[in-house]
Amino acid sequence: MVSEYAYIGIFLLIALFFGAAPIVLAWLLSPKKLSARKQQIYESGIKTFGETWIRFKPQFYLFAIAFLVFDVEAALLLPWAIAYRQLPLYAVLEAVIFLLLLVAGLVYVWLKGDLEWM
Amino acid sequence: MTFWAFIADFFVNVGAWLNDLLLGWGLTPFWATLILRVLGGLILATIPLLATLFFIWYARKIVARIQDRIGPNNSGVFNGPYGLLQSFADAIKILTKELIIPEGADVVIFVLAPVLMVAMSLAVWAVLPFGPSGMQGVDLNIGIFYILAISSASLFTMLMGGWSSRNKYADVGAFRAASLLISYEIPQMLSLLAPVMLAGTLSMQGLIQAQSVPFFIALPIPALIFFLAITAEIGRLPFELAEADAEIVAGYQTEYSGMMFGAFYLGEFINNFTVALIFVMLFWSGWRGPGVEAVPILGIFWLMLKTMIVVTVLFAFWAAMPRMRIDHILNFNWKFLTPLALVTVVVIAIADRLIRDAGITSAWGQAGLLFLTNVLIALGTYGLLYLAGKRQQRRLAARRFATLNLTSPEGENAG
Repeated sequence: MVSEYAYIGIFLLIALFFGAAPIVLAWLLSPKKLSARKQQIYESGIKTFGETWIRFKPQFYLFAIAFLVFDVEAALLLPWAIAYRQLPLYAVLEAVIFLLLLVAGLVYVWLKGDLEWM
Repeated sequence: MTFWAFIADFFVNVGAWLNDLLLGWGLTPFWATLILRVLGGLILATIPLLATLFFIWYARKIVARIQDRIGPNNSGVFNGPYGLLQSFADAIKILTKELIIPEGADVVIFVLAPVLMVAMSLAVWAVLPFGPSGMQGVDLNIGIFYILAISSASLFTMLMGGWSSRNKYADVGAFRAASLLISYEIPQMLSLLAPVMLAGTLSMQGLIQAQSVPFFIALPIPALIFFLAITAEIGRLPFELAEADAEIVAGYQTEYSGMMFGAFYLGEFINNFTVALIFVMLFWSGWRGPGVEAVPILGIFWLMLKTMIVVTVLFAFWAAMPRMRIDHILNFNWKFLTPLALVTVVVIAIADRLIRDAGITSAWGQAGLLFLTNVLIALGTYGLLYLAGKRQQRRLAARRFATLNLTSPEGENAG
């Protein structure tokens, strides 16, 4: 058990190495002739205008909140799905009721109009 | 052991031989295992990197053929026959290109994003099984959960890259990628529940062992939902939002150049390959096929054959699909795929329970009845969509009629 997760740890280190190696290699091999003009932010040929890091559209935030409901559900439904084959019918129906509660959440968001992209 | 028996279970036998060799050199079992693990991990992580070079060539060929071109075909000294080595040449060239970091960028996060992109797309490979036993990094008992957790991490790399480069296109691209990926994670997760329910395990090897009948037959609707969700997850057309080149240049990659852009590209293609593998393992019975019990190494062949079909379809989408608008994509997910996935999970949970309570034990009998259940769900969905469409048409017709009456001849008569 411990050795399994140790392997995952080793593999993550290897993956990070393989991610970093090409960029380090490119940094060693590539020319370094920086100039002010080269470092300008790209904006279709004109000089960048105004601040970039501004407050963004709230719509993205609403979708993220709606997603959160289902993400919590994932943590609760996966154990149920594993045990499903050993469960009697009433336990299956209980999980179905739990899913219906989630549907209620989705219906609420839908009726409130938060799923409309404005 | 004869030569052919050695070849038949090649990886397991080589592992055992190396283990004996290391123990013979006087190492303790702990160090021998550690060295073997690191070696195995290095080899396993190299496969997707090399496969990417092939897949870039393959994608270009398919897209070119659909567009009535030939694609990379230079049979020069370096590019090889059919331009097979074109990607190698490109990879070497991109290493010598300057890495430009735009002014005002958050340098640490800007450089870290592509590194993590490749790392996270590689990390999934630790639990993917390529054969009956031994041909797998490690068989975690929460394998598919690990894959879900790691594969959603690529979203953070997109956000990091987009936000840190202080470019408006990159900013918009990052937010779009975020809303797209989190939205499509829901149907992906829900359609995943069905195979987990039938297999009763989260381990990848266990999921494949449970598929004496491929889950594609018992669960066609979850399989289709999962396929659409993974298409969205890798940002392939028609779900290409984050890098819509007609609108926002290249999305979160806009400011990246040289190998840092290359790393994003690499991560994208590795993801492409990985999701196809996961789809095949969950629904198309992974490495299972004729003759695998006798010759375990055949498992790789069957797995790759099935995966190539899925990858080909994904690449064909790339050339053949239009790009959908963001509200259409999100509506399609929240108002169609998610409810459908929820209903499918509920119906399958009850149907499977009833089928087994009715005393049907043969795998094909259960799969067949579940298939019928899926057909019923599909018919019900079609019926609902048909009614909704009719209602929409009536509403539009009524509105057209109303506007006609408002502007119609009365005005002219009065005049």
